[in-house]
Amino acid sequence: MDTPNKPDKDILIDIEHLKKSFGNNTVLSDINMKLYKGENLVIIGKSGQGKSVTIKCVVGLLSQDEGQLKVLGKEVKELNDDELKDLRTKIGFLFQSAALYDSMTVRENLEFPLRKVLKMKEKGEINKRVEEILSAVGLPDAINKMPSDLSGGMRKRIGLARTLILKPEIMLYDEPTTGLDPITSHEISELILQVQKNYKTSSVIITHDLVCAKTVSDRILVMDAGKFIAEGSFSELRRSPEPLVNSFFKNTML
Amino acid sequence: MANNFSLFRNKVLEEAGSQVYFMASFFRNIFKSTFEMNEFIRQCFLLGNKSFPLVSITGIILGFVLTLQSLPTMKEFGAESFVPKMVTVSIVREIGPVIIALICTGKIASGIGAELGSMKVTEQIDAMDVSGANSVQYLVVTRILACTLMVPLLTILADALAICGSFIAMNLNQYVNYHLFFQKCFMSLSFDDLLPAFIKSIFFGFTIGFIGTYKGYNSNAGTESVGFAANSAVVSASLWIILIDAVAAQITNAFVYT
Repeated sequence: MDTPNKPDKDILIDIEHLKKSFGNNTVLSDINMKLYKGENLVIIGKSGQGKSVTIKCVVGLLSQDEGQLKVLGKEVKELNDDELKDLRTKIGFLFQSAALYDSMTVRENLEFPLRKVLKMKEKGEINKRVEEILSAVGLPDAINKMPSDLSGGMRKRIGLARTLILKPEIMLYDEPTTGLDPITSHEISELILQVQKNYKTSSVIITHDLVCAKTVSDRILVMDAGKFIAEGSFSELRRSPEPLVNSFFKNTML
Repeated sequence: MANNFSLFRNKVLEEAGSQVYFMASFFRNIFKSTFEMNEFIRQCFLLGNKSFPLVSITGIILGFVLTLQSLPTMKEFGAESFVPKMVTVSIVREIGPVIIALICTGKIASGIGAELGSMKVTEQIDAMDVSGANSVQYLVVTRILACTLMVPLLTILADALAICGSFIAMNLNQYVNYHLFFQKCFMSLSFDDLLPAFIKSIFFGFTIGFIGTYKGYNSNAGTESVGFAANSAVVSASLWIILIDAVAAQITNAFVYT
């Protein structure tokens, strides 16, 4: 399940026969996937099929039971704590709820990775990067607000800003438009495209939102029962005879 | 029944193993890279400052009530003049550390358990780890060390205020010269009373911080688990405090108060 004829050096995430179970419940049965440099890879599927579990395995939040999972050439399960920490600085993860630190202001949320991960101390440099990234996500005025003062869309943008401030090579988006109105969802989708263009990131986007999938995807994987059952562009999958894939796209007006 | 017992046994062993692993993680992260001094000081301020009014009131009332309850009995034996000594030694050795630790368990352990549980449920801890920051060092180590430092200090404060409360209670019945009263109190105290109690309160503080952070950091998904983490932190920490006190009493009786 991957696009052939691309050089190995362009493979940022390489997953082969990944399996993951929780007790007696097998969530990932046989995941095979590659993320290539510069692409936006969208994963769609019914709820509970293991989409979020897959990207959490990529970033080491969950450990796989079997299989190979290489990120930027490194086998994730073989990394020690310091090596995993180093790898994570190259990956940005936007959680479904944005996961902003709710006891800190927006400024402090954005400063946190700069101070704790990059160990930056120069206040001028920190302020400059915070203001730049807030402008990039279109929220320069939110700098002194608390997360509880922000709308859902604003929280997503600030969450995105907090991941981008470390300039990651890979971005993982877990349901970036869930719970948002169509206009805000479109704005987030456009922001994902801008991130790809301006920051040269490669991304994996988990979503149910077909509008978002159509907007941002270079390639789409359809997941069912813990494995990928179809792959292609949005227009290819829309014409797919595969019943589950067909049912996903059946009622869309796109 | 055998099946239930083995399930229960496995659950207890898993929990014990998990706590040992968490303890090891705490010690491993104390000196790892740069210590989070700012967050540690912030936690000391939050835990100490926010507990100050409750601990102060508790201390005063403790001394006040203990004196009022002891006076009638001591009067029967004509031992009224021993009340300052009795109250002071009782509070400093035992009642002060234990009661204040139990008060702090309700205030601090539940607060930490709920805070970290809420952060776990909303994936803030995962976000911290995924960004490359050290959530154990930032959230766990700072809070446990802050508790270990602040609970003994709060205990000393409460003990002092309890002695003041005792003075107030003595003066309700009859006039007692403050100089005489406090001289009797402090002359009755020795190093053997102060040091074991202080060491005991350090262990109490560590227990409160450890249990609170453990329950919160390891809570399950769902808002119900936040309440469970807070409640469980209070219950577990309270039990551990009583157990530690029992062990400490045996040790001090065997080696100190001979």
